[in-house]
Amino acid sequence: MENIINFTKRVFRGTQGTFLGLIVLTIFFSLASPYFFSARNFINILDQVTVLGIMALGMTAVIIIGGIDLSVGSILALSMMVTGWVWDAFGVPLHYACLIGIFIGSIAGLINGLLVSYLKLPAFIATLAMLSAARGLANIFTDGKQIYGFPEWLTNLSVVRHFGFIPVTMLVFIFLTILCWFLLKYRKEGRNLYAIGGNPEVARLSGINVKGTTVVVYTISGFLSGIAGILLTARLNTCVPQAGFTYELDVIAAVVIGGASLNGGVGGIAGTIVGVFIIGVLRNGLNLLGFSPFVQGVVIGAVIVFAVALDTFKKKER
Amino acid sequence: MSDHLGLEVKKVSKSYGTAKVLNEVSFEVRPGEVIALLGENGAGKSTISSIIAGSVNHDSGTMTWKGQDYNPSSPGNAIQKGIGLIHQETRLLKELSVAENVFVGRMITKNGIVDFNTMNSLASEQLKRLGLEISPKQLVKNLKMSAQQQIEIAKALTLNSELLILDEPTSSLGESETNFLFDKIRQLKKEGVSFIYISHRLEEIEQIADKIIVLRDGNLVSSYDNANIAINKIVHDMVGRDVDRIFPTIENESTTETLRVENLNSIDGSFENINFSVNKGEIFGIAGLVGAGRTELVRAICGADMITSGKIFVDNNEINISSPQDAIKNGIVMVPEDRKSLGLLLEQSNSQNISIANFDVFLKSGWVSPEKIKNFSKKGIELMGVKGSVDQNANELSGGNQQKLLISKWISRKPKVLIFDEPTRGIDVGARHSIYQVMKQLSESGISIIVVSSDLEEVVGLSHRMLILSRGVQKNILTNSDNISRVEIMKQATN
Repeated sequence: MENIINFTKRVFRGTQGTFLGLIVLTIFFSLASPYFFSARNFINILDQVTVLGIMALGMTAVIIIGGIDLSVGSILALSMMVTGWVWDAFGVPLHYACLIGIFIGSIAGLINGLLVSYLKLPAFIATLAMLSAARGLANIFTDGKQIYGFPEWLTNLSVVRHFGFIPVTMLVFIFLTILCWFLLKYRKEGRNLYAIGGNPEVARLSGINVKGTTVVVYTISGFLSGIAGILLTARLNTCVPQAGFTYELDVIAAVVIGGASLNGGVGGIAGTIVGVFIIGVLRNGLNLLGFSPFVQGVVIGAVIVFAVALDTFKKKER
Repeated sequence: MSDHLGLEVKKVSKSYGTAKVLNEVSFEVRPGEVIALLGENGAGKSTISSIIAGSVNHDSGTMTWKGQDYNPSSPGNAIQKGIGLIHQETRLLKELSVAENVFVGRMITKNGIVDFNTMNSLASEQLKRLGLEISPKQLVKNLKMSAQQQIEIAKALTLNSELLILDEPTSSLGESETNFLFDKIRQLKKEGVSFIYISHRLEEIEQIADKIIVLRDGNLVSSYDNANIAINKIVHDMVGRDVDRIFPTIENESTTETLRVENLNSIDGSFENINFSVNKGEIFGIAGLVGAGRTELVRAICGADMITSGKIFVDNNEINISSPQDAIKNGIVMVPEDRKSLGLLLEQSNSQNISIANFDVFLKSGWVSPEKIKNFSKKGIELMGVKGSVDQNANELSGGNQQKLLISKWISRKPKVLIFDEPTRGIDVGARHSIYQVMKQLSESGISIIVVSSDLEEVVGLSHRMLILSRGVQKNILTNSDNISRVEIMKQATN
């Protein structure tokens, strides 16, 4: 038991404030709604945050190096539509189609990275352009139409529960989370991201390949958005070019609530996951209490302000 | 009330929490006087100047200014009353014009529209008063560092300041620029402007100050009515002990060559055809005025900037340096001029700062464990005697300790060549002394050291041989045993 507590402490080090917030929210909704506190509902929440969470992993790395990726929602749609399109129009087997979709997502991320590090565009502008372009492309392939009628195994990824409770989509999320956590915390490349975010010139003079690393980070963000696109296809059993619209905002919100600083150099996977769950729990809980998505938007806005203000306040006190 | 026409500070004290940073400090500044305010970092110099300039409130004591009680509520309030503080790092808006900077916060308007003509002509009037040939319409980012500082002074003058506090005004200036600044100070003195002058460069105090006051640990330990005081005595007052020799004697007999550069040419013409070599354990100085290409030269050697042609050899093997990575791999590292923006990750821990460039040294694979980072950094910190812990953020250290942290980052990987660009800028006497001692130890352990400094005393005092640069051209390489004088070096450097 003590080992578990120590391990939990280590994983969530530096995220106590937001972690506490998550617990408070959970207790609040448990008291407010009889349907909230159940294993079934928790699995539901996990299911609902899978797509958001996977994109947030990449966004964490991007924000740590002092960047931003506004194009994740559009890249998700692009990967999704490419997958559906090559399957539908060219008869490419679906599993290959999925790989092609993820590959195209990575290419979009790669382009973001090249624009930022070699053309020296501000990340905001480069990824804003990609947000527009990738969304446009996602619509071009099918002229804005949906694609459906996929083989059953695709839907099964999100429907069939292994070990009695967990679908493949969720397993992918959990696996990627653990992988990213390890890479960021225990790989030198991960540590280098913090140096780049802290001061890119210091990092360069310390012998870190800043440009190369930046390209890789944006590529990973695109790659993860691509995976998120496939998982969303599995959940919806349809390819929709409007998918992932404004997701970038929820993703950035989750990362920021999780304690990352848009100035770069600060942040982590544990915090981000807490941020993702705060958004997931809020949406789920407010749903159960019968609040509309509009109200949810207002509440999430307030939570962002509260979380970041608290963080700033804590820093001042130190 | 008193009939004193300048500033009187009486028994001013200030504490932060339980730490008393100023203890009943009293002194006065008369119109047209230059008071040198000296002391080590942390002695309370910046606290007392912040109090006078209105950005910090004092706990007890009184101040009078021109016979009136003086208790500024804000820097704006102090400026209104004629007292301005000019910071070490200029705080100008680089994307705006000179005139806009001079009038920022109080833009002159006509019918609600900014009146650029009036502002430009008023600004240009003050610039002329300072003898500056700068168009008020020019953008500040296009100006040299020294000119930027003059803009700050011009700004203060348009505010009719009668007392200016100058915090380390010459730390980024070369000799001729310093003299230019001194001329301006003398001229303004005649017009009745008084100055509080803070500097670590004790050699210049005699030239410019009328009086000297020395702070140590928040106490005023001595005040002198003239500035002809031996530097040793002032240093003694500052550190509370004797510092017998400022520069250590460093022996070096080695004739084994570690580094050689041949026909090095910069990409932007800041230096051309540079040839020199540095022996094992030798301290090699690079002297020259600001703008002579010193920093550019060493930046190129350590891969920070590209070169167009030339060869670099380490241990007689030609190496190809196209990035800092290449240089570091070949054992060439640099402690840069600007610690804060080029050297340290200020918001991150000391252990991160030390380990970040050295993962290849202490990790066999690319996997890091927090324990390994901690142990490695701890060793580095102890090696240099940095006063701080591994978990502390770098910005919580004093300037001297930050510099030591940077040095320990690089010597932790046992380099062959260690380049110091302005090693003691903004560092107080005590820490300066220990950095010289470190250089001595490094040199004795066989590391070749290149020192670049605007402080000529420092280059001469430390180096075995030195390269003189003048506008990017290599003038001479002098051997220090030749007993060359500063004057001779200046002659060659200005040639």
